[in-house]
Amino acid sequence: MNESTPIALPSLVDRGGPAQPLLIIDRLRKHFAVRGSKAVVRAVDGVSFTVAKGETLGIVGESGCGKSTTARLIARLMPADAGEMVFDGDGVGQFGGMALKDYRRNLQMVFQDSLASLNPRLTALDAIAYGPQVHGLGKAAALSRAAELLVRVGLAPNQFGSRYPHELSGGQRQRVNIARALAFEPRLLILDEAVAALDKSVQAQVLNLLQALKAERGLTYLFISHDLHVVHYLADRVLVMYLGLVVEVGPVERLYAQPRHPYTRALLSAVPSMDPARRTERSPLSGDPPNLINPPSGCRFRDRCAHAHAACAAAAPVLRETAPGHWAACHLDDPSSGHPEAPARAAMAFTA
Amino acid sequence: MPTAVVALVLASPAAAPRRGYWHGVARQLARNPVAVVSASLLLLIVLAALFAPWLAPADPYKASMIRRLLPIGSVGHLLGSDELGRDMLTRLMYGGRLSLLMGVLPVLFAFVIGTSIGVIAGYVGGWVNMAIMRTFDVFYAFPSVLLAVAIAGALGPGMSNSLIALTLVFVPQVVRVAESVTTQVRQLDYVDAARLSGAGPLSIIRVHVLGNVLGPVFVYATGLVSVSLILASGLSFLGLGVKPPEAEWGLMLNTLRSAIYINPTLAALPGAMIFVTSMAFNLLADGVRSAMDIRL
Repeated sequence: MNESTPIALPSLVDRGGPAQPLLIIDRLRKHFAVRGSKAVVRAVDGVSFTVAKGETLGIVGESGCGKSTTARLIARLMPADAGEMVFDGDGVGQFGGMALKDYRRNLQMVFQDSLASLNPRLTALDAIAYGPQVHGLGKAAALSRAAELLVRVGLAPNQFGSRYPHELSGGQRQRVNIARALAFEPRLLILDEAVAALDKSVQAQVLNLLQALKAERGLTYLFISHDLHVVHYLADRVLVMYLGLVVEVGPVERLYAQPRHPYTRALLSAVPSMDPARRTERSPLSGDPPNLINPPSGCRFRDRCAHAHAACAAAAPVLRETAPGHWAACHLDDPSSGHPEAPARAAMAFTA
Repeated sequence: MPTAVVALVLASPAAAPRRGYWHGVARQLARNPVAVVSASLLLLIVLAALFAPWLAPADPYKASMIRRLLPIGSVGHLLGSDELGRDMLTRLMYGGRLSLLMGVLPVLFAFVIGTSIGVIAGYVGGWVNMAIMRTFDVFYAFPSVLLAVAIAGALGPGMSNSLIALTLVFVPQVVRVAESVTTQVRQLDYVDAARLSGAGPLSIIRVHVLGNVLGPVFVYATGLVSVSLILASGLSFLGLGVKPPEAEWGLMLNTLRSAIYINPTLAALPGAMIFVTSMAFNLLADGVRSAMDIRL
């Protein structure tokens, strides 16, 4: 490829307008077969949500709740069993919709393990330049774009550009990974536990970098984390997953202040407080999550829930809007569910 | 002298500001005295074999009925003479050409063929992997000596046939190593990241998989050279490899067998060459293996 005529990657335009959600996920499902038996692990069992343009949607939940599987399904790193995805108004992989290749250009991912997500044989610059080169950009042009991106993520190219992954610190590697993800000018960035492996001070720097990048590039983030503090800091809306299902979703401030679902409440009260007066004596959640091969009937949380009732075993709760934009899947919020505590709570919710 | 030269070459500082991975490996290797000595010995043997026509003191095929089985250190025959009165030093130098060729070539062929098959099996996975790996497991079940003798025996004696036999012996072993390394690499996040960047399987294999698979497989293959050398010598010894009067270490060992009671040190010389060369290859492979572990 001649350096004087670099092929610019076509810019990714906003097609649907600001009101069109950037991504609509509809009843996404992924079951893994268990080797040697007929059982399946219901890793993701009908997850639906939308991501608005320019927002940061935080996805939280215990390990094993299907957060990362959801991310990989959205990135199409593995095929979903069922479910649809609509990216800015175009169905992904559908007839007349968006080709998988175009979809992937719009979306990039940053993984948790900064070392495993960099090829040990490529220098930082080469790793960033690889993607644009795949799309036909000349080597020199790709490298100069990589150098610009390195500067943007706070690494001097002449100092760090020719280093190999093992010669960089964890924070530096994650910056390289972010730069690599940005090399296509994606519109959606999936951050799968992207700061979880970093220590606190480095974590703060990377989070600030992510905030700045989002503002200047108009990015949309899907931020997956088990760290509720980090999600509170970064996210606009929060989605809580439990055993492959969405149990609650809402604006971050409201969800943190007035969690509806008992699981969300348990999660939030498990966060260590900086205030000694608010010390929790008792673990709010007992036991391990039930296994995903054979989840409890009805509400999957009922084994560990303080409010469990016969109604919870009978039927699975669906997501209901308890306040504008705030949805929870709990029988307590449904006066018609037959749960004895539900009517009182429903009345309380609308006065709040 | 060769030791110093090799050490100097390996330890020379990088001229380019970009410190390559292999530069680090070479630096590590230069600090390992065993590897440096092995590499120097090998270099000496290879050079002696390569330049045998110019360096050798005599004609390797010129026999003499009166000068048979002279002891080591005889006048005119530094390492004595063999059962037909041919100069041993000359024969050993010429023999090195065929022996080294038989040691390196099958491994090289097996490396190319085996890595290709193994990487495909590992990257594609699923039933393709299953079909390829189970097929090679069949070959793997035979001891390599038996397999080499059986194939060479079926194809008939001769150098090209023993080359084919040895290649076939090593292919399944290389396939297995390449497949297991590829399977590991394929699951790493950087391969997923490459897929996300829209790269096709060929580009991913070329840039991300091969770069990380070739190293370990190559080191494994280096270790096979000594095995190949011994197997090739064994085939010649059994009459399945090179035919007389060609000089080859295994064949020389065979023909000198009858002289073992008359001049045992002389008869042991080709064996010593096989031993030293294969040991040097093994120790060098070990050195390279540990030097390549410089990743944190």
